[in-house]
Amino acid sequence: MTAARNRVLPGFGLSLGYTLVYLSLIVLIPLAAVFVKASSQGFEQFWAAVSAPSVVASYRLSFGASLLAAAINAVFGLMLAWALVRYSFPGKRLVDALVDLPFALPTAVAGIALTALYAPNGWVGQHLEPLGIKVAFTPLGVLVALIFIGLPFVVRTVQPILEDLDTEYEEAAVSLGANRWQAFRYVVFPTLMPALLTGFAMAFARAVGEYGSVIFIAGNIPMVSEITPLMIITKLEQYDYAGATAIAVVMLVFSFALLLLINGLQAWTAKRTGRER
Amino acid sequence: MAGATVLHGSADHAGRFESKAATREPALVKWTILAVSLAFFAVFLLLPLVAVFVEAFRKGWDTYAAALVEPDAVAAIKLTLTAALISVPLNLVFGVAAAWAITKFEFRGKHLLITFIDLPFSVSPVVAGLIYVLVFGAQGWFGPWLSEHDVKIVFAVPGIVLATVFVTFPFVARELIPLMEAQGREEEEAAVVLGARGWQTFWHVTLPNVKWGLLYGVILCNARAMGEFGAVSVVSGHIRGLTNTMPLHVEILYNEYQFAAAFAVASVLALLALVTLVIKAWVERRAGGAGHD
Repeated sequence: MTAARNRVLPGFGLSLGYTLVYLSLIVLIPLAAVFVKASSQGFEQFWAAVSAPSVVASYRLSFGASLLAAAINAVFGLMLAWALVRYSFPGKRLVDALVDLPFALPTAVAGIALTALYAPNGWVGQHLEPLGIKVAFTPLGVLVALIFIGLPFVVRTVQPILEDLDTEYEEAAVSLGANRWQAFRYVVFPTLMPALLTGFAMAFARAVGEYGSVIFIAGNIPMVSEITPLMIITKLEQYDYAGATAIAVVMLVFSFALLLLINGLQAWTAKRTGRER
Repeated sequence: MAGATVLHGSADHAGRFESKAATREPALVKWTILAVSLAFFAVFLLLPLVAVFVEAFRKGWDTYAAALVEPDAVAAIKLTLTAALISVPLNLVFGVAAAWAITKFEFRGKHLLITFIDLPFSVSPVVAGLIYVLVFGAQGWFGPWLSEHDVKIVFAVPGIVLATVFVTFPFVARELIPLMEAQGREEEEAAVVLGARGWQTFWHVTLPNVKWGLLYGVILCNARAMGEFGAVSVVSGHIRGLTNTMPLHVEILYNEYQFAAAFAVASVLALLALVTLVIKAWVERRAGGAGHD
């Protein structure tokens, strides 16, 4: 290690050693257990577990609903971030603080609250029912829960970039003859783009793995509204540890890939805006 | 992943944009954006929060109070507090150690280490629970040894604590690393050159500089520790009065159609979330006021 040279501050060995031991014990070794367990079963058994029709249906729901929820959040989250940064309105501080509610509210609480709202006799559900729209206990309910859980990711990644944006660029655009839409489309939006994509990817990643807020409103109907994390729980309840592990491997590989993508996007954001990560 | 929750000093910037014609939208556009985004906020965030409290008091104050003093609820509250009281300090110490090593020294593999610290945020809570079942469960790596020595980890309190530690692992570290990176090393180096010992340097130089970020990380860590559901659900075994945390107790009551009681316990957790958000907003204002970005 080249670090040993010119080191004035103490505690390098202790702090790094403790970090590595604790990280290994809590995170790395237990995570490795999934891959070791999965590789101890034959490939055919693994493949049978991850490609069973009910599991494939759960991927379709989990990934589809998560993508859609993240896209909806990207649109409305951008608008909300814009309103919070650029406009004054009564109650703004309250709205700003409550945007983080999904980070602070336990997912099970969110789950039963959303179910109560969207059930056929709920505040919202009773008005949708006559229109033929069923939300609770359908894939639409899963989407609603995932929108709830993902919104702050978009708002909180876009908001600081918007706040730091110098007004000069837009003023320059206007003085060069651009109208307000053109100034947004060609000056502001390109600067926000990396942050918006980062927020989108974070909301997507969180939604794919989400469990607590979804299972109450989903109704968990086989082949229709079962999410992938629930398939792992179901396998565990049947003592099918190999099957649960196989599905977990699929989810882990996917989340690692997304984590790399998000890290890349954050680096891009930092480069584009000159901000510290 | 935690990027969305890193402390960012808050201050109102709207005046800067509203005062200039070049950064102002036509009134119609402005009001449309405000109306649509606030309606979206109200439907998806505010309404569920209000619903928790309305449903909790639907059957009156007596039912509400009874749901909270019932022995199983009290046991759940105690277990939730225990899990948080163990996991938050553990991750606090880890966060400080990791941030110290990463920001005050240069070494190879630093970026990889930061990515590893972030891992728990990108793992599904259900998978987080599963990994401990695979390590400590009856069929797991240490299962036979543990049952021989009559030690229970999975489907017992230690498993719940472990799962909680895992899901709250990155909070403090993620908060401190960017903050201490931005502070640099000069102040600490000056203290050491002037004869301060390591702990003195940390206590009197580093800590005062990062206290708001530290507090921020701790309250977010605590909120997640008390509210975790998926990971804890996998390792708990759902034994009433023994291995049920508050979120799991909510689930059981809800599945037994005791809606008023379920929402009563849920409202305590929602209140906790609101307290977290108030402290969070307060810290953001302090950080913003201190001129630190």
